[in-house]
Amino acid sequence: MTTDLDRLTNRLAVDRDGAFPDLVTTLQDGVFSGVLQFTRNRQDAEDVTQETFVRVYRALGGYDEDRIRELQLRPWVWTIALNLCRNRARTIKRHPETALVDDRLDHTTDTAEEAAANADLLVWRRRLAGLTGPQRTAVVLHHVVGLPYTEIAESTGRSESTTRSDARRGLAGLRTMIEEETP
Amino acid sequence: MTEHTTIETRLAALTRSAPEGVLDTVMRKTDLADEYTVIDGPTGPAYVAWNGRGITAFVPTEAVGSRDDFESRHPRQASFVDTPPDRLAKHLDHTIETGRLGSLPVDLSSIGEFQRMVLEKCSEIPPGEIRPYGWIAREIGNPGAVRAVGTALGRNPVPVLIPCHRVVRTDGRIGNYAYGTPMKRSLLEHEGLDPEAIEAQARHGIHLVGSDTTGIYCYPTCRHAKRITDAHRVEFRSETAAEDADYRPCKACRPAA
Repeated sequence: MTTDLDRLTNRLAVDRDGAFPDLVTTLQDGVFSGVLQFTRNRQDAEDVTQETFVRVYRALGGYDEDRIRELQLRPWVWTIALNLCRNRARTIKRHPETALVDDRLDHTTDTAEEAAANADLLVWRRRLAGLTGPQRTAVVLHHVVGLPYTEIAESTGRSESTTRSDARRGLAGLRTMIEEETP
Repeated sequence: MTEHTTIETRLAALTRSAPEGVLDTVMRKTDLADEYTVIDGPTGPAYVAWNGRGITAFVPTEAVGSRDDFESRHPRQASFVDTPPDRLAKHLDHTIETGRLGSLPVDLSSIGEFQRMVLEKCSEIPPGEIRPYGWIAREIGNPGAVRAVGTALGRNPVPVLIPCHRVVRTDGRIGNYAYGTPMKRSLLEHEGLDPEAIEAQARHGIHLVGSDTTGIYCYPTCRHAKRITDAHRVEFRSETAAEDADYRPCKACRPAA
């Protein structure tokens, strides 16, 4: 079966510069949605999303045609994105003064609907922060971003069965939190 | 609906569209998209484009027309901005003012090795001087490639900044220019040369001049040749004629290997 991503990978192999903008538009919403759960705020998520694609482009420059063809595009991009999220979190821990920014996810909410969606995002982010790192990664990548477990395993370097149980435990943890929130 | 499904559905609802500027920023940071503006060139306004590596295009506005025309013929996406960034502005002013490339970065990354050598050699020609195509071919160690030099210069992405207008035909005629011969002539006039006189001289068979006090011969526009007084000026048809008269080539303009 040839998926859109396979076709994109093949185009990247023969015409990196020409196909690259399509890679960004195809994957940017997924990357941004996931990264939003792993960073402090919307600005950070935007920065990490941009930086992810810049690194993807640079890495592609060092690969020959065959190596690009063999790439599992989405998991590969997520490996890069997760690394950047981790690095950023580490920097913030080491330099706490840089963490003194407004923690709201989005300042530019125009409508009541957007404000509600934003509030929802904050609530879930707090809950997700209560999970272990691997659980949070598995839950966000599978349930928010929509990545299959095989691809999550590929991008984190953990096994598929571990990833499945991480996600299952993560969901159980979230359920417990919700029950405790509403006694 | 079970609570289990509810959590999954609610998680799936946390997806968001990426902010609008992501693609543009990524394209600029990867140098896949350029910025451009209009500046005053030596002979009128010109479009100048750049990316993170340096200048990518220089085109007199009269040669292309509107911004839309420029954008459509530019090889990459290009967005208009009001001024060049500080890192380029100073060098750009200096190059336009002095006619020398200096430290202005030019992005030649998508250009082949031969063309890069031709363009780099060309940028060594000082303002107010001209050299034949064959000079570049010889200087880059490929004396037979005169035609290829012409082609490489014709595809110069940054004319004026890399002064391909200072390269002329071996027979002494001013020759072709990507933006037309009149522009080549006016660029040379702007640098204090007289294209009519240069061509007339060549028609009379004068391709090199020497000084009988130094015994050195030059291209007629070499800064050293311009200092020779009429009383000591000797004219030659060719390098062989000069060598036969026991003259040696100038080390600045290098009219012979």
